[in-house]
Amino acid sequence: MRIQEHPILDFSRRRGRKVTIYFEGKPIEAYEGEPVAEALHAAGVRILSYTPEKNRSRGLFCAIGKCSSCVMVVNGVPNTRTCITLVEDGMRIERQHGNMPLPRDYRPPKWKEAEKREGDIVIIGGGPAGLMAGIKAAEKGAKVILLDENPILGGQLVKQTHKFFGKREQFAGVRGIKIAELLEKEAREKGVEIHLETSAIGIFQDGEKRMVAAIKKNKKIMEFYGKAIVVATGAMEKMIPFENNDLPGVYGAGAIQTLMNTYGIEPGKRVLIVGAGNVGVILAYQLIQAKVDVVAVVEAMPRVGGYFVHAAKIRRLGIPILTRHTILRAEGNGKVERAVIAQLDDQWQPIPGTEKTIDVDVVALGVGLRPSIELLHQAGCQIIYAKELGGYVVPHDERMETTVRGIFVAGDSSGIEEATTAMLEGKLAGLSAALFVGKADLSAMEEIKQAQKDLEEFRSGPFGKHILEGLKKVMIK
Amino acid sequence: MSEKYLERGYLTLDELKEIIELPTEERLQGKHPVAVPECPQRIPCTPCKEICPVDAVKMDNPNDIPIVDYDKCIGCSLCVQICPGLAFFMIHYCGDKARVTMPHELLPLPKRGEEVILLNRKGEEVGKGKVVLVIPREKSVGDTPVITVEMPLELAWEVRAIKVKEVIE
Repeated sequence: MRIQEHPILDFSRRRGRKVTIYFEGKPIEAYEGEPVAEALHAAGVRILSYTPEKNRSRGLFCAIGKCSSCVMVVNGVPNTRTCITLVEDGMRIERQHGNMPLPRDYRPPKWKEAEKREGDIVIIGGGPAGLMAGIKAAEKGAKVILLDENPILGGQLVKQTHKFFGKREQFAGVRGIKIAELLEKEAREKGVEIHLETSAIGIFQDGEKRMVAAIKKNKKIMEFYGKAIVVATGAMEKMIPFENNDLPGVYGAGAIQTLMNTYGIEPGKRVLIVGAGNVGVILAYQLIQAKVDVVAVVEAMPRVGGYFVHAAKIRRLGIPILTRHTILRAEGNGKVERAVIAQLDDQWQPIPGTEKTIDVDVVALGVGLRPSIELLHQAGCQIIYAKELGGYVVPHDERMETTVRGIFVAGDSSGIEEATTAMLEGKLAGLSAALFVGKADLSAMEEIKQAQKDLEEFRSGPFGKHILEGLKKVMIK
Repeated sequence: MSEKYLERGYLTLDELKEIIELPTEERLQGKHPVAVPECPQRIPCTPCKEICPVDAVKMDNPNDIPIVDYDKCIGCSLCVQICPGLAFFMIHYCGDKARVTMPHELLPLPKRGEEVILLNRKGEEVGKGKVVLVIPREKSVGDTPVITVEMPLELAWEVRAIKVKEVIE
C-alpha cells in the first residue's frame, strides 16, 4: 500500500516513471527511483528469502544496505541487497533459498578494469557528517570525492520529518528532510564529486596516497584515490533477543522510516514500537502522521529515554508509552501477526500474569544503534569499546583524526549521537582533512575552534553527559 | 524534582506549576494571548529564544529550559510555529471562553469555524471546541501549521491537542 496524502511530505516528486518488475514471474508495478525491496513491500511482499539451514523466512530489517537481511536473486544474481538496488523496467526478482551460486554465464568484473578517480580527499558516507565534511573541505579549495551506497544523499536526514533542535545557525527548527536538501545543494555547488549507489569495500595504502575500493551499482569496480579519507559511514540498528525476532515484520525503526517517509510506502497497519528513546518516540509520531495505528511504545527502562517533548507529542494523541515493559515474542505464520508484551520487575524479569497478546503486523525496534566502524577497522585504526557511544568505536583527536594519519572520522560512525553533532563533527573532519592535504590556510583553525566550541556547548546539558563520558575514553590528547 | 513525567510521557498541571510560574489571571485576560512553554527538560535547543521579536524568552545556556517573561510577550505565536518539540502553546481568556493556540502537524487541517474534539495531555477526549484561527504550513515560519481553538474556560490548562471529527460519508 502506498501513502497518498501526508501532512509534511509530497511523494509525487520522488516517484518516477511507472515500470514493471517481475517477482517470481508475476508482474508488479513500481516507480523508477525506488529500490526493489521497497517496491515489493508496497505490493505486499514481506518474505524476501529463506535461511540456508532452518528455512526460516527473512524480510527487510535495516533498509539502508547494512544488514543483508534483504538479499534476493535479481536478474539471476543472488546476494543482491534489494533495499538499496533500484528497480529497472523488466527486472526479474526471485526469493533466495539459502546460499545460491552465481549463474554459470555470469562474468564478475575484473580489478584491472576498475575506473579510477582521484581527488585530495575521499569521503565515505553522504549523511549529515559526510556532506558537511565535503562542503567545508571543498570550500577551502580541496578536490573532494564523496561516495554513498544509498541512491539518495542525506543519510538518515532524508526520512526525518521532525524539526531539529539546537541553534538556528545549526538548522534548529528545520526539518531533517529540508536539511538534507540544503546540504546536498551546497555540496554540489561547491563542486564535490558525488558517487551514489557506490559501496566502499576497503581502504588501502598506495604510496603516499590512499585508495578506497568500491563497487558501483552492484556491477562496476571503482578506485578512489586521495591523500586523506573521511569515514562517515553512520550506524547500524541494534537487535534485541526475543522469540521470533527474525520474522518478517520485525523491522528496525529506521527501515520503517525509509519505507514510509522516503518512499511513501505504508509499513503496515498496526505497529508495536520497542524502545522509547528518541528514535522510538519520533517514529511513533511519524507513523501517526502517515495514519498508521501505533498500538503502544514499550520501554524496558522505568522512564522515557528520548526527549520528553517528543514523548509528550504522542501521548497527547493517545499513544500509550508503557515503561518497564518489554516484548516477549513475535508470533505469526511466516510473518508478524501478533506480539506478546509483559511488564518487568526491578530485576528486569517479566512479571507472570502480565503478558498481553496484541494484534500487530509490524514490530518496530528502536533499541539503539551501533557505529559502523568496519572500514576503519580494516584500515588499521585502533578500536576500543565505549558503551556510552554505542559500542566499538575508534579513538580520535579533537580534530577527528584517528590513530591512522590522514584518516578522519565523523558522525555516528565515531559514536552514536545526533545529526546536529554529526554536522559539527563533519565540519571538523572536513576542515582538518583540508589542512592535512595542504589546501586550507590558517583561517580553518578559527572555524575548527568555533565548531569545537559549538560541540562543547551542545553537549553541556544532561543529554550530553554520557557522550562526554564516552569521549573521555576515545579522545586522543 | 521527581521527574515523574518521564515515567508517563506527559506533564500534569501541578508538575508544570513546579517547573514554571504560570501567567496571572490578569495577564491571561489581557489584550494579547500569552505564550507558555511545556518544556521541562534541559535539552540543547534555542529557536524559541532566537525567534522571539521582543526578547521575552529567557535562556542563558542552550541547554536551559525556556522561561517566558509574560509581560513582555505580545502573543505573536512565532515560538509556537518554530518550536521543534511542538512544546509551546498560547493561552488567552476571552470572557467565559478560553482560546488555546497549538501546533497541528496532522491531516486533515481543520478549517476556521469547524468544531473539533479536544484532547488533554494524555490523549483523552475532554470536550469540544471551535477553531477560530488557522495558520497553514506555508504561512508558518516554522513550517508547522498552528491552530487556535476556543473552548470552555476550565479546559484552558488541560487541552493540548485536537482531533478533527471524522466525516461519515
